[in-house]
Amino acid sequence: MGLLAGRAYARISRAWLLFAASALAVFWLQPAALVRGFDFWLPAASLGLAAIVWALTLPAGASFTREDKLAAGGLALGGLLLAATRYLPTTLLTASRPPQLELVLALAVVLGVLAWLAARLGRGRTAVLGAATLAVLAVLVDLKAEPLARSLNAALRSLSGQDATLATAFDLNWLGFSYIAFRLVHALRDRAAGRLGHYGLRDFVTYITFFPALTAGPIERVERFVPQVQASFLLGAAELHAAGHRLVTGLFMKFVLADALAYFALNPVLGAQTTSTLWMWVLLLAYAWRIFFDFAGYTHIAIGLGLLFGVRLPENFARPYSQPNLTAFWNSWHITLAQWFRAYFFNPLTRFLRTQQWPVWAVVLVGQVSTMVLIGLWHGVAWNFLIWGLWHGIGLFAHSQFAAARKGASPPARWQHALSVLGTFIYVALGWVWFVLPHPAQALHVLRVLFGLS
Amino acid sequence: METKPISPLRLLAKAALLFLGLNVLFTAIHPMPALGGLSLYNRVLPGRQRLPYGDDPQRSYNLNLYSVEAMFASHVLAGTPKAADEYRVFVIGDSSVWGFLLENKDTLAAQLNTANLHSADGRRVVFYNLGHPTISLTKDLMILDEAMQYQPDLILWPTTLEAFPWEKQLASPLVQNNPQRVSALVERYQLPVSVSEEPQSPLSNLFFISQRRNLADLLRLQLYGFAWAATGIDVYIPEEYERHAIDLEASETYGSLQPPLLASQLAFDVLAAGVARAGDVPVLVINEPIFASDGANSDLRYNSFYPRWAYDGYRSLLAAEAQAQGWHYADLWQAAANDQFTNTPIHLTPQGTLQLTYELLKTLSTQFDLTP
Repeated sequence: MGLLAGRAYARISRAWLLFAASALAVFWLQPAALVRGFDFWLPAASLGLAAIVWALTLPAGASFTREDKLAAGGLALGGLLLAATRYLPTTLLTASRPPQLELVLALAVVLGVLAWLAARLGRGRTAVLGAATLAVLAVLVDLKAEPLARSLNAALRSLSGQDATLATAFDLNWLGFSYIAFRLVHALRDRAAGRLGHYGLRDFVTYITFFPALTAGPIERVERFVPQVQASFLLGAAELHAAGHRLVTGLFMKFVLADALAYFALNPVLGAQTTSTLWMWVLLLAYAWRIFFDFAGYTHIAIGLGLLFGVRLPENFARPYSQPNLTAFWNSWHITLAQWFRAYFFNPLTRFLRTQQWPVWAVVLVGQVSTMVLIGLWHGVAWNFLIWGLWHGIGLFAHSQFAAARKGASPPARWQHALSVLGTFIYVALGWVWFVLPHPAQALHVLRVLFGLS
Repeated sequence: METKPISPLRLLAKAALLFLGLNVLFTAIHPMPALGGLSLYNRVLPGRQRLPYGDDPQRSYNLNLYSVEAMFASHVLAGTPKAADEYRVFVIGDSSVWGFLLENKDTLAAQLNTANLHSADGRRVVFYNLGHPTISLTKDLMILDEAMQYQPDLILWPTTLEAFPWEKQLASPLVQNNPQRVSALVERYQLPVSVSEEPQSPLSNLFFISQRRNLADLLRLQLYGFAWAATGIDVYIPEEYERHAIDLEASETYGSLQPPLLASQLAFDVLAAGVARAGDVPVLVINEPIFASDGANSDLRYNSFYPRWAYDGYRSLLAAEAQAQGWHYADLWQAAANDQFTNTPIHLTPQGTLQLTYELLKTLSTQFDLTP
């Protein structure tokens, strides 16, 4: 059955199937939004943004191919068909009843015009690509910054005839946008740098919204992704075994280990209720492992699903808690995020600072601290994430200075290595205190209890 | 990657065989009681001060489950070998004993412990809270039956009229989900209670279908134990809750019973079975405090639970039965002041529990020579 399905799948064209599945999954996976209609508009916006950025990043001289037109038509028709399900007695793929057909049609026309304009305006123009990058980042900041998100949601509630005073920062849960934004910025920056290849709309949209990696990454690079989609693939026993292994591992990590640890992992309530140093450490360690198993579990699932469809997504974790220093930790924790920030923020920034004749230590300090602060703020624009970023930025700087001072020294003995691993783990675990508790005062209380000072 | 064709039939057959084998094995070895006895409590985690119960697990770090073995295995009693100088007292009963809306330190057993009683032979008296928040004498009997292996020297059995009607005996979910235990007790003590042990469907003995909630509960009980150990919290006490009614309905109904109340309508046989199960261990039956309203229609009812005719009838029947059977008995129905009841006519505030404790200490002194 699997073999037959695999053959049929290869014949129909896996690329088209993945395109259709990913585009539909964006709607299917989108949770209900508290602003009316937005569990349809947000996935539609994800696809629309992907199409517009694709058009913006077309190489000069490239024109729309038949395949691009087919993909664009497919997106528009798919959106309309999905909107037509509003007339069915029950919802099919969307969390709530889709909006009126005429509104969806209008959106399709607007997006089409915008994509056409983008194709005209883009053509590698640095200013346009820069403006588009800023626009994508602005949306991301708006969603991540609580006051901005609340204001936006209030405005959207007013537009949809709902009570704006009930708006919260969490009314819109734009599924996967954090990752979509990174993929879009990656394409825009690589086009500006002249590094981006020429990809069709179908494969580009699949890359941006590839359903296994939509919700929690990893952040694949387009030049690695698209050739895999285009290559021939036959699902056989070996592929199924590899995929199954990753899926079972991921499911076990997420739904057994992480969900079990969640019962007593540190959270604001438990942090406030616990007064014993020993038990506070237990809660903190539970949180440290819970977040690892949760995230690494999702990554295994994403990679396993990808393998079922012939796409090998990049690894995101490589034994991060076994690393002897913070630099090694960040090379093995959420690897693709760290790589993204290195490529699109740290490297350009430090290159620029070096041209300004800054001393090396200052370049490293500013580069590492600002990178980690940005990574922190990506989780949410709040003080606790800022402090978490600072915690890691300062830790990375301290390690880089220590490593520079030890350059040429003999490699550490086994016990020294073990101590380094333990020290790094404890430093990372203490960092989670800032991460998990929304208010710095709560974090300080927990830290005091952890060190027996409360 | 080497590509070999998949044999989907073989794959499905293997999966089906594994599933079937696991179910057959599970049904054959019937491991739930043994699994219930496996516990992190009293080993990695401190034992709980009261039996697990919690309608709001995420805030109380406690949950309702039906495995009596697991409930006891999580209790501090299971991890406390009886010392030579210990005089062991179990307090069984309903939610007022368990301590609804009370922290551990405020429950009846905890407040009795603060009195630092000693027995006549000099042993220190230790009270254990074995209450469970459902009202049924049969449920109490089931818990008493399990508790006897922990060598009590005295059993306190506070109870109230709600626990007595025959129709209430099997209403407790804990009773309903332990038909084999209850059947054994019914048979041993010839109780006029009909317990159905028939499975609901032929599939209900299958592992994944019938036992998955129980298995998950066993795991959850262990997992909530960490938060309980860290915080000492095992009950969620909201700042605001609905108080018990003071103004009452103009109604004198009490379930399906009509005045006058007859002894045959009350489960005195279950109480007698409990006393018999305790054997040489004395049992003190206590009529626990109730709220006596002076609001609207208080001439008809004491409170939202009890019309006057039913409660007065119950009190005189219980006193007569205790005297006839030679039971230790204390009628403490007015031991707590009327302003010390919380959300029901039987749940007490910490201060109300203290008032009950004072009254109970007098009884323990006079009837059992337990003194500070």
